[in-house]
Amino acid sequence: MTNGTNDWRALLRQGVITPARKRAFFASMMVLGALLPFAVYPVFLMNVLCMALFASAFNLLLGYTGLLSFGHAAFLASAGYVTGHAVKVWGLPPEVGVLAGVVVATGLGFVIGGLAIRRSGIYFAMITLGFAQMVYFLAVQLPFTGGEDGLQGIPRGKLFGLVPLENTLAMYYFTYAIFIVGFYLVYRTIHSPFGHVLRSIRENEPRALSLGYDVDRYKLVAFVISAGLAGLAGSTKALVLQFETLTDAHWHKSGEVVLMTLLGGMGTVMGPSVGALLVVTMDNYLSGFGDWVTVIIGCVFVAGVLAFRRGFVGEALHLLRKFPF
Amino acid sequence: MQALFGQLLVGLINGSFYALLSLGLAIIFGLLNIVNFSHGALYMTGAFVAWFGLERLGIGYWGALLLSPIAVGLLGVVIERTMLRRLYQLDNLYGLLLTFGLTLIIEGIFHHQYGNSGNSYPVPEALQGGANLGFMFLPRYRAWVVVVSVAVCFASWFVIERTKLGSYLRAGTENPRLLQAFGVNVPLMFTLTFGFGVALAGFAGVMAAPIYQVSPSMGSGLIIVVFAVVVIGGMGSILGSILTGLGLGLVEGLTKYLYPPAASTVVFIIMALVLLVRPAGLFGREK
Repeated sequence: MTNGTNDWRALLRQGVITPARKRAFFASMMVLGALLPFAVYPVFLMNVLCMALFASAFNLLLGYTGLLSFGHAAFLASAGYVTGHAVKVWGLPPEVGVLAGVVVATGLGFVIGGLAIRRSGIYFAMITLGFAQMVYFLAVQLPFTGGEDGLQGIPRGKLFGLVPLENTLAMYYFTYAIFIVGFYLVYRTIHSPFGHVLRSIRENEPRALSLGYDVDRYKLVAFVISAGLAGLAGSTKALVLQFETLTDAHWHKSGEVVLMTLLGGMGTVMGPSVGALLVVTMDNYLSGFGDWVTVIIGCVFVAGVLAFRRGFVGEALHLLRKFPF
Repeated sequence: MQALFGQLLVGLINGSFYALLSLGLAIIFGLLNIVNFSHGALYMTGAFVAWFGLERLGIGYWGALLLSPIAVGLLGVVIERTMLRRLYQLDNLYGLLLTFGLTLIIEGIFHHQYGNSGNSYPVPEALQGGANLGFMFLPRYRAWVVVVSVAVCFASWFVIERTKLGSYLRAGTENPRLLQAFGVNVPLMFTLTFGFGVALAGFAGVMAAPIYQVSPSMGSGLIIVVFAVVVIGGMGSILGSILTGLGLGLVEGLTKYLYPPAASTVVFIIMALVLLVRPAGLFGREK
């Protein structure tokens, strides 16, 4: 797959990207994120943050391990349902609800991932899609999910029993903190020795195997981390929007996260977040067009695959490499 | 007893469609190395062409049986020539992503045009009614669907495995560049193979029109199940994908009789079991 990592490494070698510049970039992004809710509608921002975390988790698999999961909606939705149920029916505090969602998504990731990694390439995509469809059917049938109606009116509760999250700003900073923790985990995973092994699996799996790496175990751990973080995004999203519906479990959602990653740039750290911002914005502004939204998203998908495989961030890195400042 | 055989018949019919669709997928994947996500959307398109032909142009079932596959096949040729062709040099995941995008486009257009509700399509006059077999009532059209699907599947199998044309296809599956060096027009073969594969989907769509409601979403749920069928059977063998399709349809019918809530998930449970026991699929070869 076309990947931003090589351009990134070349830029590091050329000295265009230095640790100081990187720190400055991330610091300014963090300040920007803290100030944005005063300028932009916070619920929209929270939605973007959740989807950005979802896509970043997904990118860990597609961009860095070379595994295309077509079933990541399963983790987003299952965590959302569990958190919603735990907070609404059991009356658990939000942080415990989120934790419960993450635990369930991680467990589900272990089961689905463990089965899916037994096949590779295109079959991996079909298997994950199949299991996600199974989760969708379960969400339709199980009593606690509310079936077609979904879970409505999920209370946000009080964080640690102190901070009332019904306050939009408080909820925003809670979401923001979760995003930063999740994003940092993805970042650390990518840049750890473990992440290097993942990349070597992506580049040449037989060679990684012959070097003595237990490839299946690495793939499984990457899958479980990705599923858990996708669950974190789903749990948080359920609290933000205060409902959880079948939309999150539908295969369209699994496709949407692929689109975000592709559009932003797979195999780049910032790409999925940029892609999430674009796709959520598109969804928001096009919602008046009804069924045409699907058609437009489909066209963007086709155009992205045919002519824009590096994505925005990947393309930016590529240009920067050609014309360094 | 009546109920059991009734469900088994429904299962067999579903199985016929699984077989037709997974056969088309396998043929395309074998040569082009692309998994066609839009197969379900093209199946739906085939059904809509039949419905549209009847409503607006007065073309009946028998005409549609010929016209729909041709129309869908031509659409496939256009897709292959204008888009898929550019992806052969790349990782085959891009083919899946492209056809996924096409699925969204095709389904979105039909949703916009025809809404979510289904349109009914009448059973052709010659196939109305049915026979009482003593243990069950067999509607004539359903028997027709099973017989014709199986016949088409075996005809495809025969063409691929036993004829000169099929030998080119098999050679192309093994090594397209060598085949081209022998003077065979391989790019044209790619185009026609994709066209034929999706024409099978269009054909299945017409067959399905009188049984299911003709609706924009009739293909997308189906294609995911067909993917599971393909994972279970493995795409290595044509005969394998036919048998797996029919067999899984029957299992689904049986489940609907024994424990209805599990009917929609049983295929995926079997997929999990097969992955545990025989990861390469029942008829697959581990590469």
